Amino acid sequence: MAEASQPAVVAKAADPFNREETLTADTFLRGLWQENPVFVMLLGMCPVLAVTNSAINALGMGLATTFVLIGSGALVSLLRRWIPKQVRIASYIVIIATFVTVVDYAIHAISLELYASLGAFIQLIVVNCIILGRAEAYASKQRLVPTLVNGLGMGLGFTLALFSLGSVREILGNGTLFGVTLFGDSFQPWLVMILPPGGFFVLGAWLLLFAWLKQRRERRVLASAGAAAHG
Amino acid sequence: MANPSLPLIFLDAAVVNNFVLALFLGICPFLGTSAKKETALNMGLATTFVMVVSSLSAYGVNWLLVELELEFLRLICFIAIIASAVQLVEMFVKKHSPALFRSLGIFLPLITTNCAILGLALFQTAKEYDFLQSLVYSLGAGTGFMLALMLMAGLREKLELARLPTVSQGAALSLMLAGLLSLAFMGFAGLGGSHG
Repeated sequence: MAEASQPAVVAKAADPFNREETLTADTFLRGLWQENPVFVMLLGMCPVLAVTNSAINALGMGLATTFVLIGSGALVSLLRRWIPKQVRIASYIVIIATFVTVVDYAIHAISLELYASLGAFIQLIVVNCIILGRAEAYASKQRLVPTLVNGLGMGLGFTLALFSLGSVREILGNGTLFGVTLFGDSFQPWLVMILPPGGFFVLGAWLLLFAWLKQRRERRVLASAGAAAHG
Repeated sequence: MANPSLPLIFLDAAVVNNFVLALFLGICPFLGTSAKKETALNMGLATTFVMVVSSLSAYGVNWLLVELELEFLRLICFIAIIASAVQLVEMFVKKHSPALFRSLGIFLPLITTNCAILGLALFQTAKEYDFLQSLVYSLGAGTGFMLALMLMAGLREKLELARLPTVSQGAALSLMLAGLLSLAFMGFAGLGGSHG
């Protein structure tokens, strides 16, 4: 979780007075795209790679993480005046672990099948750095409502990323989506995609695509700026 | 749960079900500290040590929790154990090798949120390993983590000199490399008997 502390540090530097943010559409949208926890900030990679071998697992994991993100964010935000600075990380971890235990028992009760296929990764939400990162960089400074909205955005952004991996891997590796067969009998499943290496490859391919798009846009902006300067 | 022999447990944790490349645990430090071989080695050693300490403590605490019928507190207790173990390592390293302490920097306290360590504690509980098996399992997992980190660091040092399109530099390339390594490690599947 190497990157976990960096956004926190950056946020502190940019925000020296612990200013409270006003609620805007951006509070929500930032997590979905601009600061997408997976594709942009590269946080919480372990569940991203591990449970995305099918679309339904990816969705389940994403929603569970979203719940923990919102719940722990709310509690951290409400308690932010009472948590002493020195023990804040430990307090956040305990709050997060509580919510994860709730999710763990809830999934166990709702769907035994999903519980079995997600395995230990539900409990490992505790060490997902997105959640601790949000608690430290956002929830500990903001009022309740912006925290809830931001948590929802981040959670959905995480779910989106998981889903974009899970669906690609399931389609290529198994020829199905949500268990529904997509291709005819002649389709030869690309088995490696649902095995561990596939996770690395698909995520790498998504990142490559985004890097390429970004580079192309930058080049276009440069070109148009150059044309304007010369014209 | 069948009672696998100790060498088998070690092999299983180190290569067959390698924590990084097959189970996807501890990806963040794997990508974060694998740029140089030396850092990778030190990080691997520190992580292995924390793994062994926290795995043995987790074994004791789990026994206590089962006795007291407080299993729902397991997760919170495990996290607390790991955090204290990391603190211990930090103090030890700081006192005995300030140079190493500086070179590891921020990654040392961040071992707390390394999911490989919590994963190890959870897996050994799920597999109902006894004390000795837990010890071997944590040693194997640590070795596997170090192995993956060193291999990755070696490859990345080589790639520094390669000519690459700019678009593929950074995280995407590291992930592709990790995918190839993972593919190679799949060759070990079946070696340890039961897996999955």
